[in-house]
Amino acid sequence: MIKTVLRLWKGIHNGRSARAFVALAVFASLFLAGCSRVDPELTLAAGNAVPLDGMKAVIAAFTAKTGIKVNLELMPGGQEGDNLLKTRLASGDAADINLYNSGSLFLALNPAENFVDLSKEPYTGSVIDSYKATVSTGGKVYAAPAQAIAGGGWYYNKTIYAKLGLEVPKTWNDLMANLEKIKEANIVPVIGSYKDSWTTQMVLLADNYNVLANSPAFGEDYTAHKATFANTPAALRGFEKLAELYAKGYVNKDATSTTFDMALKMLATGEGVHYPMISFIGGSLAGINPETAKDIGFFAQPGDDPNSNGLTIWMPNGLSVYKQSKNISAAKKFIAFYMSAEGWAVNFAALKPEGPLAIKGIKLPEGLLASVMDMLPYVESGKTAPALEFISPIKGPNLPQIAVQTALGMKSPLENAEEYDKDVQKQAKQLGLAGW
Amino acid sequence: MNFSINKSYPLWFLLPAGLIYSVLFLVPTLMSFVFSMTWWTLVEAKFIGFENFVMFFSESSLNIGLRNTLIYAFVSSVGKVVIGFLLAVLLTSSLRTKDFMRAMIFFPTLINTIAVGITFSILMHPSMGPINRFLGMFGIQGPNWLGDVDMALLSVALVDVWKGLGVALVIFIAGILAIPSTYYEALAIDGGNGLHKFIHLTLPLSWPATSAVILLSFIGGLRSFDLIWAMTGGGPGFATDVVTSIIYKQYQAGFYGLATAGNVVLVVLVLILALPLQKLLSLQEIDL
Repeated sequence: MIKTVLRLWKGIHNGRSARAFVALAVFASLFLAGCSRVDPELTLAAGNAVPLDGMKAVIAAFTAKTGIKVNLELMPGGQEGDNLLKTRLASGDAADINLYNSGSLFLALNPAENFVDLSKEPYTGSVIDSYKATVSTGGKVYAAPAQAIAGGGWYYNKTIYAKLGLEVPKTWNDLMANLEKIKEANIVPVIGSYKDSWTTQMVLLADNYNVLANSPAFGEDYTAHKATFANTPAALRGFEKLAELYAKGYVNKDATSTTFDMALKMLATGEGVHYPMISFIGGSLAGINPETAKDIGFFAQPGDDPNSNGLTIWMPNGLSVYKQSKNISAAKKFIAFYMSAEGWAVNFAALKPEGPLAIKGIKLPEGLLASVMDMLPYVESGKTAPALEFISPIKGPNLPQIAVQTALGMKSPLENAEEYDKDVQKQAKQLGLAGW
Repeated sequence: MNFSINKSYPLWFLLPAGLIYSVLFLVPTLMSFVFSMTWWTLVEAKFIGFENFVMFFSESSLNIGLRNTLIYAFVSSVGKVVIGFLLAVLLTSSLRTKDFMRAMIFFPTLINTIAVGITFSILMHPSMGPINRFLGMFGIQGPNWLGDVDMALLSVALVDVWKGLGVALVIFIAGILAIPSTYYEALAIDGGNGLHKFIHLTLPLSWPATSAVILLSFIGGLRSFDLIWAMTGGGPGFATDVVTSIIYKQYQAGFYGLATAGNVVLVVLVLILALPLQKLLSLQEIDL
């Protein structure tokens, strides 16, 4: 194009042709008009760590419907992705729409400065409150939940429960009674996969609903170094629960040599009855044994009070609009489409959800796993609380190892809680938090 | 004294090697001393003095780590020296299958350490592992090799010995074969038997080889990481953590300055232990 312009310009300069001048004028006006008339093209940056089949399907449907093109930019996951996004936001170079974590990581991006307020968008009204809390500052909501919620709780074998006449426990004591009966029936009550130490944390992390039920301000106080695991009885309970399982002989004897993969196999084949885990393994279980799709259920880790029984959830990533974007209205339009019943239908057709949505009134597809169905009531009745990592940026690097130490009874629960309180100091100092 | 007489090459011949050495070894080493005193995100660094060292030494698993490092280095190097030496004596004898056996013992050295680690962690599984199944055939209840808190480190050291035996063996064989046969002939004339040969000749005269094996395997044990990480990940809990695995976990968590401080501590630790050991070993050497 530049060549054409140059040639025409040369023609004028040589005074050879008036026609060239006219041509140039026409060309220029066409070019300018073209610029203003082209449909906006959106960019959407998403971390490559999560499956994006649903996202891609929604983008295709949106483009087909509106003619607005959306370019998907893949970003690295984890800390590298965090740094890249922060740099792009700071240099005015971020994508129009960003798919990113919710919770403390999102709030660390300073949403009020970088993202568009989505509080008034129609879909925001039906987003569940506990999600909004993780993407809001100053009472304004800055992101929309783009994936399914994951719950932290206990997978269990419904067939064995039925055979032994057990009921889903509402308190920790009920659970212990169930485990005792299973043990008497010579089946492994709880599968421990302590060889992959990260899996050992689940009992601690999944207890956060119970922690917050007893000490609602634990997240804030913990971040401000006013509360610790050792000096908060409700938080210490998690350590005690983890230790109790092994001490009472409810965990498989070879737990320290059992890996995550072996644990899935044990659960899928009925060799063990319970497995505390985040709810993302349903698909893998069904892959090992198709029966598990209806055999394996899920319940929240019970607390000590039967009237307070709820689920600790891991909030989905959210879509947010960059404040310096030139296409804010088109970007909002995309998110509105994504969050609509139509958008979710397209999404589910490409990727079956492994948990409920953080938005009310959207129908989930048929044929969901039993474990997913078991999670729905908690979310629908609002009996959920976010995992601690969504309310506090502090997570000690050695929690997996300390969890194993706790589970095996190498140190008392209190000593382990104290050790973990010390471990998080490194993270808090690295983050430069006040009060540490 | 006039040095120029001994100088067969001009000094600038050293330049290429010196440059490579400085860029790849000297500069990074010095830089790690600098970064160990910073709060470091790989992008920016802030000077914080000795705070990283204070934090590193207050790491609660460090006690276990230091103790394990020493135990591991000691056990694995003793294992390699004792078993390696006895095997070397056997395989320098007139045994007919010695070439085949030498090759067999050397093979593990050639295998990737991570592969060895993963393989052994499967072999050592308490109920499904072939080792305990084999023991079970004789009615022996095998231990939980890697899952038992008190046992795990020794199990890893055992595998380390198995894997490192080949190198020790080669050095020992070279050392034993270097002993002039005239000594043995003299002993035979004096009427010495096989035991005399071993105690009075082979053992003392192969000392240079022994000290090399001790030193190499001890330093190797001090900074061992890959095998431990592949087999136990430092677990159960912190039971098999060594200094290097603690440092690795700190890097993983993004505490770069802290982890670098840990590496500086490790360098000092290796120097403190290895230098006197080398001195001690070289004092025992006898001229052939």
